[in-house]
Order: sequence, then C-alpha cells, then structure tokens
Amino acid sequence: MSGEGEGEGAATGWRARLKSGLAKSSAAVAGAINDIFVKRPLDAASIKDLEDALIAADLGVDAARRLSQGVAKTAFDKDPDPADIRAFLAANIAEILDPVAMPFVPDDTCKPHVVLVCGVNGTGKTTTIGKLASQFQAEGRSVMLAAADTFRAAATEQLQIWGERTGCEVIAAAPGADAAGLAFEALQRARAQNIDLLLIDTAGRLQNKSDMMNELKKIMRVLAKQDAAAPHSVLLILDATTGQNAHSQVQVFAEMVQVTGLIVTKLDGSSKGGVLVSLAERFGLPVHAIGVGEQIGDLSPFAAADFANSLLDVDA
Amino acid sequence: MFDGLSAKLGEVFDRLKRRGALSEADVSEAMNEVRVALLEADVALPVVSDFIAAVQEKAVGHEVLNSVTPGQMVVKVVHDHLVEMLGPDDAPVNLDAAPPVPILMVGLQGSGKTTTAGKLALRLIQRERKKVLLAGLDVQRPAAQEQLRILGEQAGATTLQPVIGEQPLGIAKRALDVARREGFDVVILDTAGRLVIDAELMSEVAQVRAAVNPAETLLVTDAMAGQDAVNVAKEFNEKVGVTGIVLTRVDGDARGGAALSMRAVTGVPIKLMGVGEKLEALENFQAERVAGRMLGMGDIVGLVERAADTVDKEEAEKAARRALKGQFNLEDLGNQLKQIRGMGDIGGLLGMLPGVGKMKKQMQAANVDDKTIAHQQAIISSMTPKERRNPKILNARRRKRIAAGSGTSVPEVNRLLKQHQQMSTMMKKMGKMGKKGQMPGAMPGMPNMPGQLPPGRG
Repeated sequence: MSGEGEGEGAATGWRARLKSGLAKSSAAVAGAINDIFVKRPLDAASIKDLEDALIAADLGVDAARRLSQGVAKTAFDKDPDPADIRAFLAANIAEILDPVAMPFVPDDTCKPHVVLVCGVNGTGKTTTIGKLASQFQAEGRSVMLAAADTFRAAATEQLQIWGERTGCEVIAAAPGADAAGLAFEALQRARAQNIDLLLIDTAGRLQNKSDMMNELKKIMRVLAKQDAAAPHSVLLILDATTGQNAHSQVQVFAEMVQVTGLIVTKLDGSSKGGVLVSLAERFGLPVHAIGVGEQIGDLSPFAAADFANSLLDVDA
Repeated sequence: MFDGLSAKLGEVFDRLKRRGALSEADVSEAMNEVRVALLEADVALPVVSDFIAAVQEKAVGHEVLNSVTPGQMVVKVVHDHLVEMLGPDDAPVNLDAAPPVPILMVGLQGSGKTTTAGKLALRLIQRERKKVLLAGLDVQRPAAQEQLRILGEQAGATTLQPVIGEQPLGIAKRALDVARREGFDVVILDTAGRLVIDAELMSEVAQVRAAVNPAETLLVTDAMAGQDAVNVAKEFNEKVGVTGIVLTRVDGDARGGAALSMRAVTGVPIKLMGVGEKLEALENFQAERVAGRMLGMGDIVGLVERAADTVDKEEAEKAARRALKGQFNLEDLGNQLKQIRGMGDIGGLLGMLPGVGKMKKQMQAANVDDKTIAHQQAIISSMTPKERRNPKILNARRRKRIAAGSGTSVPEVNRLLKQHQQMSTMMKKMGKMGKKGQMPGAMPGMPNMPGQLPPGRG
C-alpha cells in the first residue's frame, strides 16, 4: 500500500480503476457545472447554482460556498468555459486534499506493527482488512489478522475467508467472546511469531453508543499493556456514501481512540465522497487509501489530484 | 456541524419567536436557514428546493399574519409538511398474496440488508405467527450466507441450505419451491449489496424480482446516507421496482435527511426503521418521530426507549410521566445522573432532546462532561434524603455543609440547584404542551440550562 515496491503496472491499474469508478460518478457534478456555465455568464445566480452543484456532491454547505466564492473572485471571462471552472475547482480541491494524501507505511521496526481497524457498521472494515492483508503480503511482510468483531453474526467467518484468500493466520474466538481479550491474545501470538503486521478487525459501532466506544478504548488499553506504542495505527473506515454524518464519525472516533488515518470505501459507486474535502479541512487526518471495488486488489492509494480531477472530470 | 439541522432551526425559530409579527422577509430569511439546515442534514438538493417552495407558500400570507404567534405557525407549517412528506406512519409490510409470500431485500453494500432480514423474520414470526424461510442470495460477500443462517437461528426461522456454486436466480427459485413444498408462509430473500451503476448486478436483481414476483421489495438504506441517496433510491426504483423503504441505524446521531430524499423521489412509503443491534430493534416507521428529530424537537420516545435499555422500562415511563407533571426532585436528578453514565455519551443523548442545538452549545461552553456529572452526583450524595426531596429547605448553612461534604464549592451547589429548578420547570411545560396536543417546537424559549439534562427517566 505504500506504493513502494509496487510495479508501475499495478499502480496504473489502480488509477484506472479509480478513474473508471469515479468517472461514472463524476458525470453528475461535472455535468451540472457544464450545464450551469454553458450558456450563462458568471454572475451571482450562476455562482449560487455552482454552490448547489457542489453541495449535491456531499461537499457540505461551507466548503461548497468557499469553493464557489473562490470561482467568483477569480478573473474568469465573463462567459467562462465550463472546463476552466472545473479545472480551477479541481486544482483548489487537490490543494486542500494534498496534505492529507499520505500512503500507509508500516513501521518495520515494530514487531508487529499493530493496526486497529474501526468504524460504524457496514462501512467495509472486514473487506478493507482483506485487501490490506493482500497488499502487505505482496510487499513481503508477514501479516496476522485478529477477528475482534465477536458481535456480528458470521463476522469471524468472513474474516477467516479473507485469511484463506491471503494466506494469513486469523486469530478468532467464540461468538460473544471478549473482544479486548482476543486482541490481547492476538498480539501475544503475533509477537511470539515475529509477525510484521497485526490487523485487528473490530465490530461496527455507531459513534454515539458510548458502551461500544468504551469497548474500543478497552481494546486500546489491553494492547498497550504488551506494547506501550500499540496500536501503532488506528484506521477509521469511512463509507463514501455517507453524508455529513462523517464529520461526527471522525470527530468522535478521533477523540475516543486517537484515529491516525482514514480509508474511504465504496468510491466505485455513484457517491462522490465529497465529504472528504471538508473532513480534510477540519481534521487534517491522513487519507491512506480508497476502496474501489469488492475484489482483493480494489484498494488504491489516495492521490489528491487524481481524486479531484476524477471528481470534476478533468483530464490530468 | 453534525447537529446542524436542529441547531440552525433552533436559531431561526428563536428569532421568529421573539418577533411579534411575521413578514414575508422573515419567512424568506427563515427559509434560507431551513434550506441550509436541510442540506446539512443530507436532504438532497432537489428535494430541499421543493420542500422550501411548498412551505414558503404555506407560511407567507394571511394564514401566518393572522395567527397570534407567527413563529409557532411557521414551526408548525415546517413540521407538518415534513411529517406529511415523510409519512404515512405504520405502512404495513404487505403479506397480501398467496403463501409463500416472497419479500425481496435490496440495497447498497453495508446498508444492513442481512441484519434487517433477520429482524424482519423475527417480527413476522412473533407478531404475525408466520412460518418464515430465509434465503441468502448474496454469493459475493464472504460468509454472508452464514451470517443469515445465524440470524435465522436466533429469530427462530429456517434458512435455506446453500448449495455451492448456485447463482442468485437459482437460489430464489429453489427457495420458493422449498417454501411451497414445506408450507412456509413467507420467504425473505436477502440479496447481495450492489452499486446502482453496476448494470450487470442491477439486472441480476431485476431478474430475481421478475422470477419471484415479491409482495414487497424493500430498499434497505442507511440513515447516514448522503446526497447520493436520492440517486440510489431512484435507480433501484426504476430498475428493480421498490415497494417500501427500510431506514436503518436510526439509533445513530445522523439527522437522517436521506429518508426525506428517498421518500420523495420514489413515492414509496418508509415502512420500517432499524433502531439498534438487537434482533428486536425493528420498528414501524414513525414520521412524527423522525421529523421531530430532524427539526431539533427531540426524540422523547427514543430517549425513553434508550433509558429503558438501562433502566426498567416501566419505571422509566413512570418517571418520565412524573417529570412531565413537574414532580421532579433532587432524588430523581441523582438517579438520572447515575443512569446517564450508564446510558452513555452525553452528545448522543442530547440529539434526542428538544431544542438540542442551543443547549448543546451551552453545555459545551459550560464544559459539561463526565467529570461534571461526577461532581453533581457527589453534591446530591452529600444531601440528606429530606433535602433531596425538598430542596427548598436548603439554606446557606446546609449548602456550605454539602459543598464541604462533596468536595465542591457553594457556587457549584447553587448552580446544581438552579439547574434542577429550571429542568423541573421546563419539564412541567413540556408536560402541559403534550396535554394540549401542541407541538413541542412551539415551546417558548428554552430555559438557560448550562447543566445537566434529563434523560429518559426524567
């Protein structure tokens, strides 16, 4: 996932897939912008429409307003080419996202580098772990998986199937077992086996459920008992179809379990993931990767310019 | 940010409440705020525009100008229109077909289809005494079928035995055959999550639908969904044909604007809502409740239910009634504080309370957190039972003693007493309004409450 050690071919493949996924979705916002400016001058009304088009891409009211005001204040022709407006917006968005586009690089001095994966229900935590495991293994690292979602029916089985696909050992317990206990045991085994990376899958939890959030904190605490630096990474998995509630998710998870980075899933759909722009502005948390499909290779590093260009249908 | 709708509308309505008469300009200004608030709550843009146009038309004019309190009128117009657009309530799950009645569950990945299938099975078994067969058509996601089997077991339903390599259409047909042969009343078909832009998978589920002719095709959607929800609903409705919507994760803190979008664009009713992780946590859709929460009028029902998870339900309801009558003493407050910590996160609870946006800000300003609650608990613990039941007897000397006993200060004791006083007054008002059948949103300005809030038991 670091991108290092990956063949150019593979990287191009991801980019193409991201683009093809985003291309379908970008039609909406790019098309709307084309419609706004194709036969109309740049005036207060068209700027307002532009703002609306950006809101419809989940950018949020504030970010949409700022970006469209940026267009208003820039010296465009009175009858601007919609393509220029899109390129301008894409450049602005890329600028906002660039600082947070950081690949996930495991620290190989940690044995293991412990990654806690969390998020609300149904965002794609387990699938993402499967993809991550596959990438890390391809990079020559040893990976162990811990099925600490002991709550949802068949969550363990789901992770075990990913374990089989990737050839990673999966530490699991009986349904209803203590998630923290399982995480503790997994770390013990990973240390004993000198594993490079331990990926811990957790149950989906809504951020306003404090008992569930406390369970997550407990997992953090027991991990730190063995290795004060563990978990070295806490990844929050966000669903690109989520609207402004993503802000609440990031805020609460970051507060409770010190999230170190985000992975955004389901970007191959018609959702634009536009909320990322305001998330980047507000929290500045690294965005490590994006999920662009259900297959094992469908995880791409997050590239700010690619994302922005695809969102606005701009040819790089 | 995330309590945008309630906070914004709270501000707008406060402003309207303060003014005697309501001009067209006032309404326009309010509608601007309503518009932004609805967008921030993830209501889709075209739906917002329609909503605003309709409400503005209703609000401006003599209807408002002749009313005694124009602010209340606008609140009511917005609320009623929202309820109207979200409704109807209690649209039943249609089982009106020759058994076995097929029910098809569709939706995006991770929207909660499989969990909802399990919940629906339990509901039909318990409430309708149906014999239910569950069939997993999800051959994509690893262990999806196993998940359904486990949920089926918990619900007391039978789950169709998977056959390796069998495709969704084949599974659906076999499920109906088995159901016919073995005398099942209902067959719930759980499909794989799919993106609406995936033409192949969309046509696959359309084929399943054509083959089994379900009495219900339920689109399962997440209350946290963003602007694209409107496209998702439209596409599923056009390509597959949807007869009802199930809104999941209503127990989260999302404002749930997607519900309004999907309801508006498909024209099909929202039939059910998922309100928790337990298998029983599936309820009839209640437009009033969802609208109330969207408008920051609070979700008192949800709050009582939440309390019931921690407290005995009967007791909680009794306590809520007591509080609404204004019989709310410091003993009650002390119990509440204890339960608040059991019920958890203050922010989550706040989302369920009336006028929440404003209070939340005040609470943040006052730095109310778990530590504050601990201090308040200590203050109440340091009182005698007599003092708790009748705080009026708390003179300066008693207050000093309590401050010393709880390791706090007299101002802190005073603050708690003042808060209790305000809470008690506010709840009394809420109780009165409930009786008159008035809308909670028409409540006069919220009392200044920097302190603790009443949870459901209150």
